[in-house]
Amino acid sequence: MPAIEPFKRFSAVAVPIDITNCDTDQIIPARFLRRPKDDPDYPTFLLHDLRFASDGTETEFIYNRPPYRGGRIVVTDVNWGCGSSREAAVDALRANLIRSVIAPAFGDIHYGNCIKNGVLPVRLTAEACEKLRLLLHQSPGATISIDLPAQCVTGPDGQRYQFEIESLDKQRLIHGLDDISLTLEHETKISAFEREYLANNRWLIPKASV
Amino acid sequence: MSTEPPARRRSNGDIWPVNDLKPTATMRKHKTLFEKIFDRHVIIERESGDALLFIDRHLIHDLHFRAFAELKASGHAIRRPDLLFATPDHSIPTTARTLSDIPPGEMRETVETLQQSAEKLGFTHFDMTDDRHGIVHVIGPEQGITLPGLVLVCGDSHTSTHGALGCVSFGIGATEVRHVLVTQTLWQRRPKTMRITVDGILGPGVTGKDVILTIISHIGASGGTGYAIEYAGSAIRSLSMEARMTISNMTIEAGARSGIIAPDDHTYDYLYGRSYAPEGSKWEEALAYWKTLPSDEGAAYDREISIDAAAVEPTVTWGNSPQYAVGIGGVIPDPAAEADPLKRADMVSALEYMALTPGTPVSNIKVDKVFIGSCTNSRIEDLRAAAEIAKGRQAVVPTLVVPGSGLIKKQAEKEGLDQIFSQAGMQWREPGCSMCVAINGDSLAPGERCASTSNRNFRGRQGKASRTHLVSPAMAAAAAVTGRFTDVRSLD
Repeated sequence: MPAIEPFKRFSAVAVPIDITNCDTDQIIPARFLRRPKDDPDYPTFLLHDLRFASDGTETEFIYNRPPYRGGRIVVTDVNWGCGSSREAAVDALRANLIRSVIAPAFGDIHYGNCIKNGVLPVRLTAEACEKLRLLLHQSPGATISIDLPAQCVTGPDGQRYQFEIESLDKQRLIHGLDDISLTLEHETKISAFEREYLANNRWLIPKASV
Repeated sequence: MSTEPPARRRSNGDIWPVNDLKPTATMRKHKTLFEKIFDRHVIIERESGDALLFIDRHLIHDLHFRAFAELKASGHAIRRPDLLFATPDHSIPTTARTLSDIPPGEMRETVETLQQSAEKLGFTHFDMTDDRHGIVHVIGPEQGITLPGLVLVCGDSHTSTHGALGCVSFGIGATEVRHVLVTQTLWQRRPKTMRITVDGILGPGVTGKDVILTIISHIGASGGTGYAIEYAGSAIRSLSMEARMTISNMTIEAGARSGIIAPDDHTYDYLYGRSYAPEGSKWEEALAYWKTLPSDEGAAYDREISIDAAAVEPTVTWGNSPQYAVGIGGVIPDPAAEADPLKRADMVSALEYMALTPGTPVSNIKVDKVFIGSCTNSRIEDLRAAAEIAKGRQAVVPTLVVPGSGLIKKQAEKEGLDQIFSQAGMQWREPGCSMCVAINGDSLAPGERCASTSNRNFRGRQGKASRTHLVSPAMAAAAAVTGRFTDVRSLD
C-alpha cells in the first residue's frame, strides 16, 4: 500500500464541479473496480464517463480543460460521493494527485474513505461552495489554500472560511496515520473484551460450517 | 478515567491521545435499539464520540479479492476467520454455473482469487456450485449468519439490508475491510439517531419498495447523512422480513449507513432453524437477549419523521438520484416549479439525461428492458409478486429475472415460478448482482431505458449512458408485459 501523505497546509489550482449528488458511480464507474491501483490508466478512470465520449475522445467536461486539468482541489455541490462504498473513488482522486474536495455535504462512507487515504473532505456551506465555484469559473487556474491545523480555507479572492472536522480525523490526516497499527496498540483491551463478551454470549459464535 | 498504562501512551505521544477514554457504559437512561447494540460493542470510547467497536460478523464479496494479498504484503493475519463469510456476487455471469463457465479474464480472476483465499485462510466461502451462494446481503439473513443484536459489516454500501433483522449493520470501505480482517474491530463515530414511523395500512399493490422510495423522496438523498435510521410503526411491523430487508437495504440511498428495525416474532420465526442461527439453549439465551432490544419507551431521537402508509402509491423514479420519485398516477415534474436554483439545474440535467419532458404522465413512458433482481428485490416474495403479474401474460420487452441466491432459485423452481417467467418470455438466470451494478456481462446498451427493481438510478449504473427507473418487482413485471410503466393495480 502506498503510504498516506500527511496533510497540513496545501495550496493548488481548484476545479469547480457543478454536480449535485455526484455519486461514486460517476466518480469511478463500476467496470473499473477490478483494476489494480497501479494500472497506468487509473488517472483516466476519474469521472470517466463525463470526461470521455464512447469513442474515447475527450469531452468538454471542465476537468479536461487546462488549467483546470491540473487542479488538485475539487469544489462541488451537496452529497459528493454518495452511493457505493467503493474506495476506488478515492484511489481515482489520488491517482490524479487531488488532495481535497470541498462540498456542503458528503456521502458518509466516502467521507471516511477520504480521511483514511490522506484526502481532506472539507464541509463548507452551500453558499460558500457556490461562491467558490463561481470564482473558479470566472478565473480559470485560480488557487485555493487550505490550512488544516487552523481549519481554514482561503478562496481565490482572499476570503477565509472556517470549517469543522472531528479531532480524530484531523489527527489522522495531519500525521498520515494508519488505523491498524494504532488500533493494535489497544490489543490488551481488545483481547480482554473479546474473551469476556464471547463467553457471555455463547450464541454469538456461528455454528460450524455444515 | 484512563486505565491505559503510561507505556502505551508514550508510543504515540500527542498524535493519538488515549487519555480521554471514558467508561464504555453510557449513562443514558432510555436507549434506542441502535444505542443498545452500539453500546454493548464499545471496547474504547473517546470523549469525541469515536468508539472502537467489536465486530460480530464480517461479510465479504469478490470485489475485495485484493484484500488478502494486501494483508499478506503488510504482514498481517485474519484475526477471526470464524466470523468471516464470503461469497462471489458482483462478478459472476448469470449464465455461469461453475468457475470454468466464466470466460478467462478479470471476472474469473476475481471470483477465483476469493475462493482460493478462503481455502488457504480458512474462512467460510459459498462458492458458485453451492446452493447457499448468492448476493451477500441475501445470503447473510438466509443462512442465519445475520442475527439480531449483532454488529455486522461488509465492504458494500447495501450492508444496511441486515438491519431489518434488528442488528447494527453498515457498509465500509476497503481500508476498513482490512482493519476488520486484522483486528475484528472498527473505529466508528456515534451517529445521530432518526426514527421514521410508518403507520397505517399499505394499499393493495403497494410494497416495501414503494415505502422506501417514498421515504427517500421525502427526506432527500442526503437527508439521512450522519444518522442511523430506525424504522418503526404499525406498517413496518406488519411487513414480512423480505419487505423489511428491501426498506433497510435502500437506507443508504437516503444517506444513512444503517437502517434498523426492532426484532419481533416475524424476525424470530424467520431465523429459527436457519443453518448458522443458534439452536437449543443458545437459541433460548439469544431470544431472551433479543427481546430486550427494542427501543425504550421515552428514548430520544435527534430527528423524527412520520409517513402515512395509506398515502403511499406504487412509485417510479424518474431522475438520477433515488430521491426523484413520483407515484404511478403522477407526471414528470417541471423544474421551473423548483425554487432552489441548484436543485432546478440538477433536475434539468437529469431530465436531459433521462430523455424525459416535464408534464409527461409516468404511465406514458415506454421501457426497453426490465430487470428483476438485486439485493433490494430478489427474494422469494419478490419473485412471487413478479410471477403473479407475469402469469398468463407475455413480456413485450427483454426481461431478466435473477434470483438472489441458489436456494431462492431452487424454491422458486419448486413453486413453478421459473415456468411462469419462461412462458412469459422472460429470462430465468443464475443468482448474482447482475444488472444492478452491471459488471458481470449483463448491462443495458447506451440510451436504453429500464424498469429495474434495483436500488440506484445513477448515470451509467446499468451500463454506459443507461437510463434506470426504480420500481417494485410487481411494477417491473407490469412494465415488462405492457412495455411501459403501468399501475399494477389496474392489471387483474
